[in-house]
Amino acid sequence: MTQVVQAEAGDLSIFAKKKYPLLQVKGLTKRYGARIGCADVSFELWPGEVMGIVGESGSGKSTLLSCLAGHLAPDAGAVIFETGAGPRDTVTMPEAERRMLGRTDWAFVHQNPRDGLRMGVSAGGNVGERLMAVGARNYGTIRTAALDWMARVEIAADRVDDRPAAFSGGMQQRLQIARNLVTGPRLVFMDEPTGGLDVSVQARLLDLLRGLVRRMGLSAIIVTHDLAVVRLLADRLMVMKSGLVVESGLTDQVLDDPQHVYTQLLVSSVLQV
Amino acid sequence: MYVAVKGGERAIENAHAFLADERRGDRSVADLSVAQIREQLALAVNRVMAEGSLYDPDLAALAIKQARGDLIEAIFLIRAYRTTLPRFGATEPVDTGAMDCIRRISATFKDAPGGQVLGPTFDYTHRLLDFKLMAERDTPPAPDAEPQAEAMPHIMEFLNKDGLIEAEAHSNSQPSDLTRVPLELPASRALRLQSLARGDEGFLLGLAYSTQRGYARNHAFVGELRIGTCSIAMEVPELGFSVEIGEVTLTECETVNQFKGSKTEPAQFTRGYGLVFGQTERKAISMALVDRALRWRELGEEDAGAPTQDEEFVLSHCDNIQATGFLEHIKLPHYVDFQSELELVRRLRAGASAARSEALE
Amino acid sequence: MSEYTFAYLDEQTKRMIRRALLKAVAIPGYQVPFASREMPMPYGWGTGGVQVTAACLVPDDVLKVIDQGADDTTNAVSIRKFFQRTAGVATTEATAVATIIQTRHRIPETPLTDGQILVYQVPIPEPLRFLEPRETETRKMHALQDYGLMHVKLYEDIARHGEIATAYAYPVAVEGRYVMDPSPIPKFDNPKLSDSPALQLFGAGREQRIYALPPYTRVVSLDFEDYPFAPTKAAQNCALCGASESYLDEVIIDDAGGRMYVCSDTDYCATRRGLGHRGAEG
Repeated sequence: MTQVVQAEAGDLSIFAKKKYPLLQVKGLTKRYGARIGCADVSFELWPGEVMGIVGESGSGKSTLLSCLAGHLAPDAGAVIFETGAGPRDTVTMPEAERRMLGRTDWAFVHQNPRDGLRMGVSAGGNVGERLMAVGARNYGTIRTAALDWMARVEIAADRVDDRPAAFSGGMQQRLQIARNLVTGPRLVFMDEPTGGLDVSVQARLLDLLRGLVRRMGLSAIIVTHDLAVVRLLADRLMVMKSGLVVESGLTDQVLDDPQHVYTQLLVSSVLQV
Repeated sequence: MYVAVKGGERAIENAHAFLADERRGDRSVADLSVAQIREQLALAVNRVMAEGSLYDPDLAALAIKQARGDLIEAIFLIRAYRTTLPRFGATEPVDTGAMDCIRRISATFKDAPGGQVLGPTFDYTHRLLDFKLMAERDTPPAPDAEPQAEAMPHIMEFLNKDGLIEAEAHSNSQPSDLTRVPLELPASRALRLQSLARGDEGFLLGLAYSTQRGYARNHAFVGELRIGTCSIAMEVPELGFSVEIGEVTLTECETVNQFKGSKTEPAQFTRGYGLVFGQTERKAISMALVDRALRWRELGEEDAGAPTQDEEFVLSHCDNIQATGFLEHIKLPHYVDFQSELELVRRLRAGASAARSEALE
Repeated sequence: MSEYTFAYLDEQTKRMIRRALLKAVAIPGYQVPFASREMPMPYGWGTGGVQVTAACLVPDDVLKVIDQGADDTTNAVSIRKFFQRTAGVATTEATAVATIIQTRHRIPETPLTDGQILVYQVPIPEPLRFLEPRETETRKMHALQDYGLMHVKLYEDIARHGEIATAYAYPVAVEGRYVMDPSPIPKFDNPKLSDSPALQLFGAGREQRIYALPPYTRVVSLDFEDYPFAPTKAAQNCALCGASESYLDEVIIDDAGGRMYVCSDTDYCATRRGLGHRGAEG
């Protein structure tokens, strides 16, 4: 758990010393036959930074996220991750290494918690899985870590042996987040983490996520159609339409002074609500 | 004093003698000859040949006799025998278009060159028990007709000429042999078809039926069903050319299925295919439907999550010899495993009741 | 039976199986696919073991066949008879004398020695099968050493039952690499897998897999540091030979539910009694 403790100290200066971005994306393109999923996307993500990707459904943001996280093979482009041992293109790396990244340095929070949890396994087992996958072999330690993380995501300790099927949607989503963060990943991908939840539940989850992001200094890429989510969580923003990035910049800047017509439309449609 | 159970060997011998005696049944009833089974229970013989993957009506009939009419047991006998046979080579591909048909029907065209030939079918028979068969010795011969001179080309080829049905991909590559190479997944279509051709009729029937009821529905019609004999030719290395070595009865079913296409790609019907030894119509149609359902990925269809679309599920479970062996093996002694679980359950129960009484105190 | 070749299988098939065996020995614990043949006994009744034995047998071998530890259970009798008939090899019930031992569900109590081969019949070779039913996925998990899920299962056992609730077919790690199913032997037998002087071969006919443990391979039963693996057996001694260290079968002896415990390894028990050892009922 040392990694987590270290990150939680919130000493961002250690990241500032790094020369390289955590992630460099270059010309990432994915087509479905003649249709464009996403085209020629390039950006950099620096340690401790949260990037928001917004757009309507069908804008290519989920395709982009899947390509970044290695769930989809892009047709062109590179996703260069600063591993402990130097930058590596995760698109061309062997699947074994990519899977290893997927259970160590990377984490992925699905929109539907059912996709990210093992519904037949207890809450404790769900949180403990990543620890066991990287070699934890002490039941007591694993259970303590599971309980610790359940507390952090505000799930009562006496639910540790219950299966997620017995949890509410909001609890399931918080459990999924705990399961992903328990190994102190260096990069977290989130796909509409607040989608499908009631508004009041969304607010609580957002609040929790903001706390975690700030305290742990998480680096994250969050896909959402909800501008409130990025306003709260993201340092920077990319706006996507028809598979292309139409605008990007600091979150406040983009939201307060949108340049592209499409972004203006997005922002104004929210403001009316 | 306790004496451990001995004499397994004698018990087995006696059981087998009992079985043989029961198989023969009442001695006042005439013994059934293998020829009788071959001639009069021909469809059972066909099924045993098809799923036993060995074309030999006499041996299949023998197996049915030996198995007391249990067809899966008979298929098992044939499979086990087949394993011991040396393999001399493979025949030339069979030309089913040149089949000498006894039956040939199409559900998609009212008529076609060669015509519709009903042949020896149960179709349109009224399923009324024929009590005459209990008493009468002989059935009058069916009226004869001149053999049909007209050729019977594959009906699907007429659609193919117009581009209305997907063209089969031509390949000269040697398909792998399911019985010689372990099945690895995902499997090619050739391997899937091999597996289905020897798969259990009942299992495939159930799967095919489920697709008709909407579990991965793909709108199948029988484009053509034909039953008849095909000559088998084989290239003899010493001769350098192929010679006819015999003929086999086959049932072939080609289905016309749900079309695909888009604004830019012209719409086309798709195909399913079944080919089985002997007159095995139900099996051939089932096979074609299951084949078609398994092709969803190459045809760009949705994964509906239906069992019949799941290649690993279908191929891993369609072989009745594998299935029955594993199913029935739970009859074997398992007392060591059971003992270990018995001890575990007792220990867990002791732990739980100790915890409960502690909680009550 | 002159119409069949030595040990039933044709030479080509035996060569194919031997190649798979060599590969299996070269990669301990790895499941090698092989083109399992249809045998004259049902799948699930030892066809994998029989094919492995057939591929290893030579005319001067001495064969022992056990099922549940016993030489006289029906399936052991049937398989022994099969090889007597098709290979004409000598057979024995004495573990120490046998050169090849085919077994179902037990490892003999008498320690195996250099040069012996132990052939296991395996129903489900995949230790991850009941966690992940897809072969395509489990093969990938093995290739990538992605075994977290296996420990999740053990974790769940402890969380629910207070201990690892697997009594047989208890999973093991081979030389720190492949997780392997040791076949449904009671976990009492697991320690005998490791560091054995004998060659251990595993055949799964229906599932078309062969795997192996070469002599002196390190085999570790999966566990947690604070919930260590423990081989267990009934607390009693054998009623016939008095053995306290051998695995026991529980036998119901009367209508009132009276029970006695006897060695599951019949040869071990008989040998001890031959040496004068006696239990309470012996």
